Amino acid sequence: MSPAAFPDRQVALVDLLDRLLAGGIVLAGDITLAIADIDMVQISLRALITSLGRTTRSGAAEQDQ
Amino acid sequence: MSTASYTYAVARPFNPTQAAGLVGVDGAAIHLVRHQDLVAVVSPLAPADADEAALRARLETLAELEAIARAHHRVVAAVAACTPTLPFRLATVHRTDDRVAQLLRREYRRFRETLDRFAGRVEVGVKIYVQHAGASAGAMFVAEKTDGSGSAGAGRDYLRNRREQRNRRQHAWRRATTVAEQMDAVLAGLAVDRRQHRTQSAELSAAPGENVFNAAYLVDAGRAEELAARAQRLGAENPHVTLEITGPWPPYSFADSEERT
Repeated sequence: MSPAAFPDRQVALVDLLDRLLAGGIVLAGDITLAIADIDMVQISLRALITSLGRTTRSGAAEQDQ
Repeated sequence: MSTASYTYAVARPFNPTQAAGLVGVDGAAIHLVRHQDLVAVVSPLAPADADEAALRARLETLAELEAIARAHHRVVAAVAACTPTLPFRLATVHRTDDRVAQLLRREYRRFRETLDRFAGRVEVGVKIYVQHAGASAGAMFVAEKTDGSGSAGAGRDYLRNRREQRNRRQHAWRRATTVAEQMDAVLAGLAVDRRQHRTQSAELSAAPGENVFNAAYLVDAGRAEELAARAQRLGAENPHVTLEITGPWPPYSFADSEERT
């Protein structure tokens, strides 16, 4: 494999999360932390939705405090 | 309480100078846990972060999720650039390096088989978007608002516009999915394997249009360019769709493909 196969340029977070939250090998059993069993897609969606809500309500954000 | 072991990937041994200076999650330096001809790529995770609730809380914050995801990818990509690499799911954490070594022993055959399958191969992402003529949408909201007088004509126009717009969208979407199916068949022929991801919601992706197809292809590294060029050509023949090609990626989307447990 060519060392230049994976360029350093910033990848889009949404493409990265497609792969890191739905891909990658999931190892059950000996993992002490059960985080891999959690629905990671749900976590990412919650994070994304929270952040989107923050962006769209940015004007009202101060009043919420 | 001591640090835990954040595990990025299992790989064939490689020259450690190639990973010199490589840092992972929270800027922690990478080290290798070895078992026979396999290495696990690991970095220490502070005790405070090494429990499920703490980790989960971090992953639910977009800025933290992004930082961890980018750190994870930086390490996996750096290792995959020099040796066959099996990426782990984000936030795979073991209590100690000994537990990681146990994992390598227990899953030795499976890891080796998967690494054999990944040797010399990369993942290429292909997404297809359909452009909707959205220009009329704004005009329609105006029509709706000025319709307060109860003008029946304006109401009818509005409903007809809505219907036409919906039909146009459905037609464009069907046409794009047909292109996607045809392209997928051609690209799958060039690839060793393929996986389909969920389509991306328009709010989350910066790309214009509606994502109708989101797939990953596992391909011999020497054919990645060919696959991308072929996809571009097929996309150019269908001007009503937009194509986005990503990668090459480490084979994230194929890591669990041969799971037998």
